[in-house]
Amino acid sequence: MRFMLLFSRQGKLRLQKWYTATSEREKKKMVRELMQVVLARKPKMCSFLEWRDLKIVYKRYASLYFCCAVEDQDNELITLEVIHRFVELLDKYFGSVCELDIIFNFEKAYFILDEFLMGGEIQDTSKKSVLKAIEQADLLQEVWEKIENLAKILETLALFIKQ
Amino acid sequence: MPAVSKGDGMRGLAVFISDIRNCKSKEAEIKRINKELANIRSKFKGDKALDGYSKKKYVCKLLFIFLLGHDIDFGHMEAVNLLSSNKYTEKQIGYLFISVLVNSNSELIRLINNGIKNDLASRNPTFMNLALHCIANVGSREMAEAFAGDIPKILVAGDTMDSVKQSAALCLLRLYRTSPDLVPMGEWTSRVVHLLNDQHLGVVTAATSLITTLAQKNPEEFKTSVSLAVSRLSRIVTSASTDLQDYTYYFVPAPWLSVKLLRLLQCYPPPEDAAVRGRLTECLETILNKAQEPPKSKKVQHSNAKNAVLFEAISLIIHHDSEPNLLVRACNQLGQFLQHRETNLRYLALESMCTLASSEFSHEAVKTHIETVIGALKTERDVSVRQRAVDLLYAMCDRSNAQQIVAEMLNYLETADYSIREEIVLKVAILAEKYAVDYTWYVDTILNLIRIAGDYVSEEVWYRVIQIVINREDVQGYAAKTVFEALQAPACHENLVKVGGYILGEFGNLIAGDRRSSPLIQFNLLHSKFHLCSVPTRALLLSTYIKFVNLFPEIKTTIQDVLRSDSQLRNADVELQQRAVEYLRLSCIASTDILATVLEEMPPFPERESSILAKLKKKKGPGMVSEIEETKKERNVEMNGSTEPATNASTVSTPSPSTDLLGIESTAVFNSVPLNSTGGSLLVDVFSENSAPVATLASAAEENFSSSSDLTSPDNNIDDPATAVHVSHDDDDDVDELSDTFVCKNNGVLFENQLLQIGLKSEFRQNLGRMYVFYGNKTSTQFLSFSSNVICQDGLKSQLNIQTKPVDPTVEGGAQVQQILNIECVSDFTEAPVLNIQFRYGGTLQNVSVKLPVTLNKFFQPTEMTSQDFFQRWKQLSNPQQEVQKIFKAKHPMDTEVTKAKIIGFGVALLDGVDPNPSNFVGAGVIHTKTIQVGCLLRLEPNTQAQMYRLTLRTSRDTVSQRLCGLLSEQF
Repeated sequence: MRFMLLFSRQGKLRLQKWYTATSEREKKKMVRELMQVVLARKPKMCSFLEWRDLKIVYKRYASLYFCCAVEDQDNELITLEVIHRFVELLDKYFGSVCELDIIFNFEKAYFILDEFLMGGEIQDTSKKSVLKAIEQADLLQEVWEKIENLAKILETLALFIKQ
Repeated sequence: MPAVSKGDGMRGLAVFISDIRNCKSKEAEIKRINKELANIRSKFKGDKALDGYSKKKYVCKLLFIFLLGHDIDFGHMEAVNLLSSNKYTEKQIGYLFISVLVNSNSELIRLINNGIKNDLASRNPTFMNLALHCIANVGSREMAEAFAGDIPKILVAGDTMDSVKQSAALCLLRLYRTSPDLVPMGEWTSRVVHLLNDQHLGVVTAATSLITTLAQKNPEEFKTSVSLAVSRLSRIVTSASTDLQDYTYYFVPAPWLSVKLLRLLQCYPPPEDAAVRGRLTECLETILNKAQEPPKSKKVQHSNAKNAVLFEAISLIIHHDSEPNLLVRACNQLGQFLQHRETNLRYLALESMCTLASSEFSHEAVKTHIETVIGALKTERDVSVRQRAVDLLYAMCDRSNAQQIVAEMLNYLETADYSIREEIVLKVAILAEKYAVDYTWYVDTILNLIRIAGDYVSEEVWYRVIQIVINREDVQGYAAKTVFEALQAPACHENLVKVGGYILGEFGNLIAGDRRSSPLIQFNLLHSKFHLCSVPTRALLLSTYIKFVNLFPEIKTTIQDVLRSDSQLRNADVELQQRAVEYLRLSCIASTDILATVLEEMPPFPERESSILAKLKKKKGPGMVSEIEETKKERNVEMNGSTEPATNASTVSTPSPSTDLLGIESTAVFNSVPLNSTGGSLLVDVFSENSAPVATLASAAEENFSSSSDLTSPDNNIDDPATAVHVSHDDDDDVDELSDTFVCKNNGVLFENQLLQIGLKSEFRQNLGRMYVFYGNKTSTQFLSFSSNVICQDGLKSQLNIQTKPVDPTVEGGAQVQQILNIECVSDFTEAPVLNIQFRYGGTLQNVSVKLPVTLNKFFQPTEMTSQDFFQRWKQLSNPQQEVQKIFKAKHPMDTEVTKAKIIGFGVALLDGVDPNPSNFVGAGVIHTKTIQVGCLLRLEPNTQAQMYRLTLRTSRDTVSQRLCGLLSEQF
């Protein structure tokens, strides 16, 4: 996969992930062009199209378009299911995901995508494995926060005792 | 603001995002962002050390701002600091920032690499994964240099956790794509292959991706993966839908892994081992059988996953192209999909059938679906599906159905979307030519094309119809009659005027017997269009008129009157004016004999590649090449096999490496006369020398005639670098610097890598050259879709003409193919043309670009002269710009004999006894270009003590002096 884009019906880019080196200028140009092409398509049209030298696979979920650019020999249908699996992961993590979740927790969306796809290839297709990796990280964070809180409490206590 | 804030909420960030969302205008947003940037900057610069949380929050805000599309020029250091945090989310944000915003600031890279190294060594799997993700996300060469050595070790170490193995495999894959040279194959490869047997399906999935990519370039190294992949696949397809637990996706067992395994198998030919082969066939049959079973779920995910595997299996069947039974079954399955209610499946079925059509086993089976495909062309609502239908019709076309398919395509063209019209026009033109049994049909078809979609008929198409009409006597009368009739339409496309003008100018006499198309009527008809046409078309029509003067002496005065009118003789356009003047003069002065010779019918065109094919190839990208090349082979046999290039008056005496109609060869006769700039005086010159150079004149007239229409413009063959599809491949070889080794010699190996060797043999005479390029396949596997183009960039295009013929698209393992380049030097030049080679090797597109050693000195003719002559000329060239001198250090041992050989190899005559100092070398020669000749004198003074040389060159042109000096000084 060359890149993945998430953008809204209104043409706002919500997430972009590039798997080959591309200059910022070129990225902006490609995003603009591709959004135009995809947004102009009608609902019943097929989910694949040829664009430049790439194949585009896209699907709309509610207000969001998920759009992948893959190479000529890549499998379109399985790419469509890559998108679906990613949506499922987001859904599971956020609990019925909506566009706002992705706007406000964009970093989480990137982390989930990273756990799922790496270098443009699927890393693990098991929903459990991917979510486990993410939750483990959250857990780590919570543990750390508890330890920190504890440390703060101890410090305060120590102060009290001194006084 | 949503309530979700798992793990860590960053309130400040959420507030900021809300603020941005509430901005009513772009200006307000920018204002808010600038405020935030100022705030963050002051925090980062402030005296108070920031705690990890704040640092994370601000870095995250910067990231958000960047992702909104604004530039960020600070914060990198803070992000790098986060890497050394012990807190997972801080580290994570640090890595995310770096992945998205890394720049090649070397200082920073070192720090980042340090952070990554620490995490890789931490043995904490979550940290290791973060580090691996970062390497893969950045994926730069620097990353590869730093880590490509370590990652294979992590990948195959016995104690590595599964999740880390997965990351390591894909990380290595990414680095290999960026810098394959930095990932050396080794002992680890066999252990990677064995990951296909791993218990953890996630590991197998990641490993399969890696192996597939590596195997494409190192097939031998990974050969053992074939049997492992087959047995893995077999276990998956025969498993019950619940066996694989979490790896079952909507009742389909491990669809991703299945697709990847099938993809891996496409890197190899069918397995040789009969047992493995049998097992694979069984798998493929099972997959085809499953397609017939009722679906286990109504969900689209179920059918997508199932059909993804099916399509990949069909791809493998097509790739092997060895089991007729499977191919026909695949075709039938796709036939069912052609009428499926899912648009996606119809699209994919059309696409997949395109490749099936090229297999001898399934071509006939594909043809049975012709009516459905034509139906799709008419009824599909989605243009991308219709386009696939056009592709498939093109692919399934053969002699038996050509008339029907061409008719349907022409039909469709009337209403086709503008975006695909040009492509359809090209396809129709190719099919009509390829399968023309009756050339009247061909002519009708092309004229129809021009009528229906004249704007989309590119020059290549109408050039081609003219070439064919000229080469085929049996169709000339019909063509003249048909264009004459077509021109009767009150509004006809300019392309039709061009074709009509050209054909009537050549063959108008064939229909002049009919009263309805008498010479005068023909002339009036054409001239009625004249004023509505563009300058190039008018120029072409003027040439037609002068041809009419020869064909129809009875209307000579009418034509002379037209030429004489002010609107011609005083036309503001210099080309038109010149033609009018010259043609008028020619018609007045020349005797009938001379006219007849000068304006003789065009000789048949030498057999040349259809430029339409090249054009389509360019439009469609390399994927289409094999099909096209096939077309080409057949065409050569059918159409041009019989049309040997005829020798015309001007070429008889001059043997030449070129077969170009433009008559490069004939330029030798008047090579001192710049043809384009002073064409008018050329004619006068010719006349003043009486009848001797008739042949020259004939070719000059031809030159004029064809230059107006550009029929044989070398540009047709040379891809325009601006529009050429650049197939970016991660390990694209950059164009190597022009090799110095070829400056003084003409033969040798130009390029070599693991796959390909390019050898050269060349010969040059005056301003012409011929180069034999040999492409050797060093592997045991075929190269497919092999193509090579010569690209002359920018200015070089007008200085150097290079003509090539495409080579066969398939290069067998171990085989060598040859390509001939005909080179003409038009004027002096500096840049070197680029040879661009593309081919598919094991499924990956390879792209090689090398500079061709066509250097100015190749067009030297040595000149012997006496000492006295030499110094006299030396003095004449005393203008400061004419001399270039360079003093440089010797790079090679200073051997007199070697130096002599090099100077002679450079192309000049080595003049002995000219220089009073016997250790100096003196040479003289003339650079031949089409437009001018440049005399050149040189002197090389070695100083053995200092190990230095002084090189002095004098020529009449400063650019030539400089270029030659640059070339020669690199040789010693």
